[in-house]
Amino acid sequence: MYTKKLMKKIKNIIRGHSLFMLHYCTGCGAIELPPTMTSRFDMERLGIAPMATPRQADILLVTGYLSVKTLRRVIYTYEQMQSPKWVVGFGSCTINGGIYYDSYSTINELDLYLPVDLYIAGCMPRPEAIINGFSRLIEKIENDNADGWKHYRDNRKWYKKNQKHVLGDSLYTTR
Amino acid sequence: MILNIILKGLILLLGAFIFQVSLSGFSRKVVARIQKRYGPVFWQNFRDIFKFLFKETSISHGFIFDFGVLMAFGGTMATLIFLPYGSFEVIPGQTNFIVVIYLLAIGLLGMAMSAVGSANPNASIGISRALTQMLGYELPFLIVALVIMYINKSSSLGVLVQNQIQNGWNIWSMPIGAGVAFVSVMGMLGKKPFDSPIAPAEIASGPLVEYSGKYLGILMIQHDFATVIEVGLFVNLFLGGGQTVIGFAIKYIVVYILMVIISSFLPRFKVEESVKFFWKWGLSLALIQAIISLGIYLI
Repeated sequence: MYTKKLMKKIKNIIRGHSLFMLHYCTGCGAIELPPTMTSRFDMERLGIAPMATPRQADILLVTGYLSVKTLRRVIYTYEQMQSPKWVVGFGSCTINGGIYYDSYSTINELDLYLPVDLYIAGCMPRPEAIINGFSRLIEKIENDNADGWKHYRDNRKWYKKNQKHVLGDSLYTTR
Repeated sequence: MILNIILKGLILLLGAFIFQVSLSGFSRKVVARIQKRYGPVFWQNFRDIFKFLFKETSISHGFIFDFGVLMAFGGTMATLIFLPYGSFEVIPGQTNFIVVIYLLAIGLLGMAMSAVGSANPNASIGISRALTQMLGYELPFLIVALVIMYINKSSSLGVLVQNQIQNGWNIWSMPIGAGVAFVSVMGMLGKKPFDSPIAPAEIASGPLVEYSGKYLGILMIQHDFATVIEVGLFVNLFLGGGQTVIGFAIKYIVVYILMVIISSFLPRFKVEESVKFFWKWGLSLALIQAIISLGIYLI
């Protein structure tokens, strides 16, 4: 029992310090990522590196507003990722719609459709805010509090109901 | 006797794993300093590998996909045994160059099988690029290596190392060939000018596109073992191996870090450009070196 607990703690520490990130660049948020990754703010020193495919990634970073069409792609991408996985909502648009709050074609709350572990507020958040947000995420993972993926697995019905509500019956068809 | 060999093999695998993974973590730090960044800690690559090994792995694409990964991993581990590391040889006297080259292909073929088994078009493109590029770098490297073997009248790496300790390193007696082999090894490792098979921004990391969790962890370890073999071959053929394991390791570190530094400020070749480069410059320089060396030896 004790060794199991210790093993879990070690796993969480390792996971927290090696985060491969898939940035889904839908909105304007992507423009703040290059300075965060490159020499000026150097995200790699926290162990965060960009990754090309959902299979290899741990974090899904949703940068900016999601229209209904891109939401479907984000859901596919999220379900292709392997299990200890986290979603980071980036910018005001993922929290309450931001400046697109009354648009007919965008969704306002990302949390209804995917389990968001961490929001980084701002329009747009500066690189300092992003680094701060990621250190909070690392803390949460180390303390085993970032369990959105478990929540998604347990409450699949509720999430699917919400997804179908905006996407219609076309959720499982490719186009 | 057999127990001794097994024990030595296990020591070698563990040592090669710890050594090369820390060195590639350290090379990330070197690249970071070149780009005026702080960079990750040097044990970052251990974290990455163990994170992938601890991840859930629920996606498989059939038997060939699973088997190819194990074939690549096993083939690379088997190759590791046939190299001399300074004074350390797993099976004494069994260090044949031709066996190493022969077994090294198993790793790449297993990887090719597995990636094609995943039925992802990006993986197919990546593998076809990797095999095309193999045509480019193998030819000049093998010509230079065959010249060395012909002059020394032996294909055993242990004998070549002993001859170099007595007569001076091959890098001084055939400098052009050493340069060609250096660039060829960079091609084998997929370092920067020759990294079109795994181009992340272009074909989404190529052959690795469908791997996740434990598969990717195993393939990362396999890549580190393959690096040990290829850089180790260069050190044994041109830098006189080493009288002790420490001497070997120092030469290895110098060669590897030099490759990392060179590759960190070069852009990427297209695959046809890299093959053209190897055949135009690599092959002609290798042939010139062959004519000079054989001429001196025969006269």
